[in-house]
Amino acid sequence: MSPAIHIFKREFRAYIASPIAYIVISVFLLITGWFFFTPFFLQNQANLRSFFSLLPMVFSFVIPAVTMRLFSEEFSVGSYETLMTLPVTFTQIIVGKFLAACAFIAVMLVPTLLYPLTVSVLGALDWGPVVGGYLGALLLAGAFSAVGIFASSLTRNQIIAFIVGMAICFSLTLINQMLFFLPKSMLGFFEYLGADYHFQNIAKGVIDTRDILYFVSVGFIGLYGANLAMREKC
Amino acid sequence: MIHVENLTRYYDNFCAVDGISFDIQKGEILGLLGPNGAGKTTTLRMLTGYLEPSTGQIKVQDYTIGPDTLEIKKRIGYLPESAPLYHDMIVYDYLEYIAEIRGLDAAPKMSRIRELAQLCGLNAVMHKTVGELSKGYKQRVGLAHALMNDPEILVLDEPTSGLDPNQIVEIREIIRKIGQEKTIILSTHILSEAEATCDRIVIIHHGKIVADGSTQTIKQSAGKDRMIYLTLADADFSGVRGLLEPVAGVTRIENVGAPGSDALQIRITLVSDADIRKDIYRLIRQTDWTLLEFRQETQSLEHIFRELTLEN
Repeated sequence: MSPAIHIFKREFRAYIASPIAYIVISVFLLITGWFFFTPFFLQNQANLRSFFSLLPMVFSFVIPAVTMRLFSEEFSVGSYETLMTLPVTFTQIIVGKFLAACAFIAVMLVPTLLYPLTVSVLGALDWGPVVGGYLGALLLAGAFSAVGIFASSLTRNQIIAFIVGMAICFSLTLINQMLFFLPKSMLGFFEYLGADYHFQNIAKGVIDTRDILYFVSVGFIGLYGANLAMREKC
Repeated sequence: MIHVENLTRYYDNFCAVDGISFDIQKGEILGLLGPNGAGKTTTLRMLTGYLEPSTGQIKVQDYTIGPDTLEIKKRIGYLPESAPLYHDMIVYDYLEYIAEIRGLDAAPKMSRIRELAQLCGLNAVMHKTVGELSKGYKQRVGLAHALMNDPEILVLDEPTSGLDPNQIVEIREIIRKIGQEKTIILSTHILSEAEATCDRIVIIHHGKIVADGSTQTIKQSAGKDRMIYLTLADADFSGVRGLLEPVAGVTRIENVGAPGSDALQIRITLVSDADIRKDIYRLIRQTDWTLLEFRQETQSLEHIFRELTLEN
């Protein structure tokens, strides 16, 4: 078996064992729960739109908090040196850590499955957008995790890793809210850069390869950036 | 077994290791000595594939650092300085993780972990988290980590730094036990340790090798003379000089006592390989001087180290 799997296992166990993980999960569930159910009964519609519309914003600060320790902690403890002198490649390390972050976020999303279940009891829920929304959430989580890992690979300070990761994720999320500042010729380009735009497309239940390609590209660029940062440290 | 040629490493513009070359034979225990900042750790980090050399070549068996770094990492066990391990892991889990990454299968994994726990004396702490351990135990876990894949080459960066005297003795014993079969490279700035455990010593200063050889050859090549110190009462300097100067091997006799003191303190410088203590004693016995002190000093490694590495 590839060493990436063992790195994944170790990192995932480290998540499960650390108190920060549970704090992040609680904060995530509190915020999404509050913002989902507060307008829910006012709108009186059986859908999860308010949950998914907010998700990119919430992910923008929750995911960098999840990923900030992945490299920064290793740098500051010094265990990076022991890791790097084991027979593993940069790619295996990055992939192992990336998968651990994704798996942890997937675990974090599991309790939110209660929302569609409750809603489906209260009214006729259209499951298409829900499935699309969760698929989009996983893709978004992957892309933001890659960005967070890149931020973490830049510094030994977890706070800095968190802030840098959050800044990049927020910019990606908010970029299509600022489109009215831009000249018309550049509109399409910047719209394409926005994570929120692609996520909302998928969350409507329309699965388009362009949107999937966007998340895969952001993920790939983030992980490649982390690879470059590791190479720089040699 | 290991061939290092013209190894150089820059950090930005600072040259940490400056064109060092050496060979290490199979089964040798090599001690890398040098003051802080001399380039010991950087050299070891390049040997283990953690840092890339700026220029120069490292060959381990038939593998070269660069294209075959991964193969070399499979063959080297490395204990970095102060054993940086994952603090939140239980010792057993940690060793299991290392065994898995090293590619040990389930059955050999278990027996290897048990074997290493025995060898490194870890049985009592197997179920504690690494962060709770004392420095000595952490160092032992690090040693077990380095030995996991039964490597042919073991690289230890200051394995005894920060340990108390008992722990130092224990770690040293483990190293000596392992060293009977393995090639070991260790860095240290404790000279007595290098003298006690290493077959060969390389002294680095400012990134350059300033001495290389066994303790004996380094002492000899330092070219310093042997000296005899005498303290005599009821004697005068000119009388002593007249008596001892004709002895073969004596190059110089000096009075080194503080002026005004009762006893006469004499330093006799000899050619390096002469041992004339018997002759001197016999001559002194014939006189009516009182011999208070008589000692011979060879250059200690400490002295040589200081001379080679002192600034200016």
